[in-house]
Amino acid sequence: MQDVIEVQTEDFDQGALYDALRHDSLANGAIVTFSGLVRDFNQGHEVGDLFLEHYPAMTKVSLLNIVSAARARWHFGKVILIHRVGRLAQGEQIVFVGLTSAHRKDAFDGVQFIMDYLKTEAPFWKKESTSEGDKWVAASACDTQARLKWDKRDER
Amino acid sequence: MIQVLFFGQLKDQVNTPSVKVDEVATRVAELKKILGSMHPHWRPYLSNHSTLVAVNQTIGDDETPLSDGDEVAFFPPVTGG
Repeated sequence: MQDVIEVQTEDFDQGALYDALRHDSLANGAIVTFSGLVRDFNQGHEVGDLFLEHYPAMTKVSLLNIVSAARARWHFGKVILIHRVGRLAQGEQIVFVGLTSAHRKDAFDGVQFIMDYLKTEAPFWKKESTSEGDKWVAASACDTQARLKWDKRDER
Repeated sequence: MIQVLFFGQLKDQVNTPSVKVDEVATRVAELKKILGSMHPHWRPYLSNHSTLVAVNQTIGDDETPLSDGDEVAFFPPVTGG
């Protein structure tokens, strides 16, 4: 059981990642995976391709911290988190989160938590090519709300 | 010396990916003032409440202490995933 956390320009193979999770351990009866793709429409305009910038010295540390924060709340077997950077075309894969757990609830919650934190705390920025020129994507209030829900759950 | 980096839209707004600051700043707020006096047109971007800061690759704020050799990054809210 060793987590895989990567920031890369290359595409990834979901099948191979799923197999790597599946062969983690017989004690883990649940696998949940999520992948994010480049859409052709965002915030009211059509999108061509996307450029993903990041802060190389900080990115991997930030992802490691997010996975550690998730591990502090739930029990997982193996976690795989891959985020791509550079130029990506419509329909291409941007991010993959997959993990194994003994039970499905931990697995679902863990993936959700990792994505909510990644969207609000990991140093990535998207620039879209649109018919009106290149535009930096604005942060979404929904993402911040989704991230804050986890704090509220802690208070209960 | 403090190495200052800019990312995302902020990098375009200040029109540079990085700058070195030789003056001693003890906190992030002071570094912002120094940068603002070096480049007055950067002030609104640096004082924008949504601008985030990381000191040595860890998220901080205006009160985060600084020492010689630190790497300080300013950037807009993140939009990965």
